[in-house]
Amino acid sequence: MSDRLRGKMPEKGWKELPIRGLIIEPGNSVNYETGSWRALRPIINLEKCPHCMFCWLFCPDGSIIVKNSQVTGVDLRYCKGCGICAVECPRQVITMVEEAEVAKETNVW
Amino acid sequence: MSGNRLKGELKALEGDNAVAEAMRQINPDVVAAYPITPQTEIVMTFSEFVANGLVDTEFLAVESEHAALSACIGAALAGARALTATCGPGLALMWEMLWIASSWRLPIIMNVVNRAFSSPLNILCSHDDAMGSRDAGWIQLYAESQQEAYDNTLQAVRIAEHPDILLPVMCCLDGFVLGHTLEPVEVLPDEVVKEWAGTYNPCYSLLDIDHPVTYGAADFTDYYFEHKRPQWEAMERAPKVILDIGEEFGKVTGRYYHLVDSYRLDDADVAVVVLGATSGAVRVAVDRLRKNGIKAGMLKLRCFRPFPAQQVVQALQGKKAVAILERVAFFGAEASPVFLEVATAFYLRGVSTKLINYTYGLGGRDTVPGQICGVFQDLIDITQTGKTEPIFRYLGLRDF
Repeated sequence: MSDRLRGKMPEKGWKELPIRGLIIEPGNSVNYETGSWRALRPIINLEKCPHCMFCWLFCPDGSIIVKNSQVTGVDLRYCKGCGICAVECPRQVITMVEEAEVAKETNVW
Repeated sequence: MSGNRLKGELKALEGDNAVAEAMRQINPDVVAAYPITPQTEIVMTFSEFVANGLVDTEFLAVESEHAALSACIGAALAGARALTATCGPGLALMWEMLWIASSWRLPIIMNVVNRAFSSPLNILCSHDDAMGSRDAGWIQLYAESQQEAYDNTLQAVRIAEHPDILLPVMCCLDGFVLGHTLEPVEVLPDEVVKEWAGTYNPCYSLLDIDHPVTYGAADFTDYYFEHKRPQWEAMERAPKVILDIGEEFGKVTGRYYHLVDSYRLDDADVAVVVLGATSGAVRVAVDRLRKNGIKAGMLKLRCFRPFPAQQVVQALQGKKAVAILERVAFFGAEASPVFLEVATAFYLRGVSTKLINYTYGLGGRDTVPGQICGVFQDLIDITQTGKTEPIFRYLGLRDF
């Protein structure tokens, strides 16, 4: 599996794991970067954003970055591209763009 | 036999009632069950114990077997000692949850009063149910008698909850043949069972709010494989624990339990491998043949999962021909499950004993010593002709 799909969490062997597949350390989902699951990327038009925080409230992964009560972007390490933010945005300033299109433009791949 | 073995009270009990009696004495935290023939009397009798205040158990009369095992799983995750019982179609309805109970390493105890699968509709004994779930990660014990059904239930608690194991245990008894027939059963004093069963100390508990953990997280390509691997490990450790607990139980009761049991097998030329209640008929047949100078013997499998391959080969190697009797109607393989296990164990150890496979007793059909004598005669023929075909045979079928 590629690093892109695997995320950055170091992978443990079976002998290192707790019984039952339990997760015994609270809050460790921060180590599990799910951004690689994303097929659609949310692009926020920050010039038109009213900073109403709807996207921040609805995002299931806490991926909306807010600084000083202002939306500043999306944390792409965790954003799965579900598109809930784009649906809920009352001003419709969030657009979901194919990752492949973004990749073409940014030459990521 | 131990000299100072404990004398219990001798009671005339049906197999179902013997199991219910064991459950009463274990006094589990939770029993969730749905009544289904021929297991009904376990649930019925146990619910009377609950109603009469004889146990402290939280009894859940659920809407289905899927719910019964699900409730036991939830209870076990909360740190409870949880027991249930079912049979045939009920076990089939539990299928999904069987795998969850074992992969969550929950020491749930379930008696299965073996019942045939429909169709045609049948409520009597085949081993289709338990044998069909043989690979679900449960330890499986099979009883020859009502006494063994009682004893297996008591031992299962200790086996399942052993820190090296933590697997659910299925205790099987033949529907009606054991479940609904009366036999004398030596029931231990309540306080002895209380001490024997002890208290379940779960390693994690949903109710331990000071140490919260996440249960049931999803696993995909990254961890599913690694999370399955320890189940093999637990199963590999099980034989030693089952033997140790069988020995300890023997010291208390005088009844010692093993993975397999031999009957007049040491010097036998021909042998039958069997599990469950039909072992009794095989014993009678062996005795009859021995009177006629025929060296017949029996190997009874008490434990089928994990499969005691080493013990089976040790007991059977050197025999001239062996018949494996199975009470299942499974289709598509060259032979039935026990045969396949025995054949594999032999092949891997370079043993080339001649093997044949019989399916018998389907849907509760009686299998009597005379028929077993016929099986032994077939084995003797094989020793003379060297010809095993057909490998797969039908015992007691009107074959016309």
